Amino acid sequence: MHTLSVLVENKPGVLARVAGLFSRRGYNIESLAVGPTEVEDVSRMTIVVDADRQPLEQVTKQLNKLVHVIKIVELEATEAVARELWLVKVSAEGRTRGEVIEVAEVFRAKVVDVDVDAVTLEATGSTDKLNALVRLLAPYGIRELVRSGTIAVGRGAKSITEGRALRLERSA
Amino acid sequence: MEITGAEAVIRSLEAEGVDVMFGHPGGAILPAYDPMLDSSIRHILARHEQGAGHMAEGYAQATGRVGVAIATSGPGGTNLVTALADAYMDSVPIVAITGQVPTAAVGGDAFQEADITGITMPITKHNEMVHEPERIAGAIAEAFHIAATGRPGPVLVDLPKDVLNATFVYQPAGKLSLPGYKPTLRGHGKMVREAVREIAAAERPVIYAGGGVIKSEGHDALRRLAERANLPVVTTLMARGAFPDSHPQHLGMPGMHGHWTAVTAMQKSDLLITLGARFDDRVTGNLAHFAPDARVIHVDVDPAEIGKNRAVDVPIVGDCRIVAEQMVEALDAALESGTSLPDLSRWWATLDEWRGAHPLRDTQEPDGLLKPQTVIRAISEKIGGDGIVVTGVGQHQMWAAQHIRYERPRSWINSGGLGTMGFCVPAAIGAKVGQPAQKVIAIDGDGSFQMTLQELATARTENIPVVFCVINNGSLGMVRQWQELFYGERYSSIDLGFEVPDLVRLAEAYGMPGYRCDDPDDVDATLDKAFGVTDSPVIIDFRCDPTEKVFPMVPAGASNDDVIESAEDWYGQTRGAPVDGDGEPGGQGIPDHLREGNVV
Repeated sequence: MHTLSVLVENKPGVLARVAGLFSRRGYNIESLAVGPTEVEDVSRMTIVVDADRQPLEQVTKQLNKLVHVIKIVELEATEAVARELWLVKVSAEGRTRGEVIEVAEVFRAKVVDVDVDAVTLEATGSTDKLNALVRLLAPYGIRELVRSGTIAVGRGAKSITEGRALRLERSA
Repeated sequence: MEITGAEAVIRSLEAEGVDVMFGHPGGAILPAYDPMLDSSIRHILARHEQGAGHMAEGYAQATGRVGVAIATSGPGGTNLVTALADAYMDSVPIVAITGQVPTAAVGGDAFQEADITGITMPITKHNEMVHEPERIAGAIAEAFHIAATGRPGPVLVDLPKDVLNATFVYQPAGKLSLPGYKPTLRGHGKMVREAVREIAAAERPVIYAGGGVIKSEGHDALRRLAERANLPVVTTLMARGAFPDSHPQHLGMPGMHGHWTAVTAMQKSDLLITLGARFDDRVTGNLAHFAPDARVIHVDVDPAEIGKNRAVDVPIVGDCRIVAEQMVEALDAALESGTSLPDLSRWWATLDEWRGAHPLRDTQEPDGLLKPQTVIRAISEKIGGDGIVVTGVGQHQMWAAQHIRYERPRSWINSGGLGTMGFCVPAAIGAKVGQPAQKVIAIDGDGSFQMTLQELATARTENIPVVFCVINNGSLGMVRQWQELFYGERYSSIDLGFEVPDLVRLAEAYGMPGYRCDDPDDVDATLDKAFGVTDSPVIIDFRCDPTEKVFPMVPAGASNDDVIESAEDWYGQTRGAPVDGDGEPGGQGIPDHLREGNVV
């Protein structure tokens, strides 16, 4: 599994260009999260892709050829903080509601909605931690699971949004 | 002063120095056709948008400038798709301008609406739908810049009708803002020196020159490099003319239907100096068995090509001309500081021996049916290295690539990557428009010709004097060849017949001279007659032997060690000398390794 941070010009169709490139070159996207950055008109995609080293290099080079792609950085797991946000709707009524909330607390998940026979939890963390949470909740009955996809940022003071290309973008 | 978006389009094209565009009007692009009447730009009315697209390609390849095609929304755009895909595969710089339904109607399945930016995303280098008139100048300027620089390619600009009709204060395009687009042109100095070290150490080097040499105008630099170090050169299908065929260091064309010596030299090489080529399957044959002992220097302006198919020892991202010049300089510097060039005399002795033993075969019998190669050799004699040859796709294309002597870049234009039947007629028209002083000879097959022959009308009415030589074998010859060799002579849907259409009467219907020739002895005289016509397009119907096949051939999926030089060679392998001992009869005796995998 490899995590790519892709800085793109925020132009119509840029998501379709990126996603289309993965599918037509035969690579599977494990997850994809996209949103604006602190730089105006620049969006950041975090793409988790399941590929070996050589094909990954090829997909990166192909991505770089898209005119709207400004920069691609691969974030190594040990050098980056990666998080997901999950919303989990779990069956819970009466006695079991307390148990569900107890599990949630252990994982520092928040209860964001309650109904007579269900609670919805908001949890953030690494994919491993969230998988563990859901494993413990499974016996109560998972009604819905919504995952944001991984977002990630490199550790330390360095920023990938600083640099010549992005300065050009801002001055233009 | 305010002008319309449509006027801004024409002004922006004029600002790019466009002198001609190829197109077909229709509803959504109508506004742009009005200011065209007052413009210096010549519009050539194609009879089909695919034709307009290939004309723009032919123009671009003949001149090195960006070709322009213009079409309406919906079917206008979708008819351009084949030409765009063709230009994408062969890195041809063209800009396509399409009309679009008004912005408010986009997404609503309006009349003649097609999501052309969505459709062409995978087959253009870039595309854009323009949303406001103020963006027109910038979008067109960027389109030309992107199409022509780095690895060239097609760019499409989609213009909704309301944007074309809007009035606004026009500002010419200023500085382009393309933060994500910065082609690397100069090779890394260390890598260039490393390449020179490889060259100095090689015993069996070969320069593998591809289309990038022509795109970058790198032919002189290639020649200097080759001559400086006495290196043999092969030129791919896309690079014919990048190095003179008459040059003693030229081994010919590699690949599936390449010259035996070119194929084998690469196969036995210990160093491939790759300039603007991409290790395409048609060149490498079975990749796992390709040039097993060769170290690889790979120069390409597109970083994604380097290492895509073949592992590379010395990767150099850069423009072929610039890097070849850098290599010559670095070579000179190395020679001055005491490095000596390798002694290639043994390698050259081997190559010369191969060239002598494996020439292209002439199969013409004096009283036999006319062979296509006879026609094509006669054309080569007639033009003597001048003119521009344009082909369609199929057997005739391969014979024209093999048997014509190319001496200059841009004297050979064909559809290599996509293999687009129907390319020839419109591309030849575009080439002639771009190079009116050059003789343009279109060599087409009867199958390929029928895919776009409506553009004969364009050639006639616009008075574009191309010589159309149809190698008419009454069949889809390349398909027939594969069915004969690999499908046990079971011929399926390949029979076109010689008589429909009657090409001489077709010429007459289109208002141009038409000649027919089916006798080897008449080929010269017929060509003289046709070449004598300089004020009109002309068609020659060369009725040729339908059983003739293209050789040499490396069957799809086979190793380049197994070049088949003739039909006897193939049937000898499959019938006479059984492969793997089971000796299946006839053309069904396909060696097992050819049955494997995704062989196309």
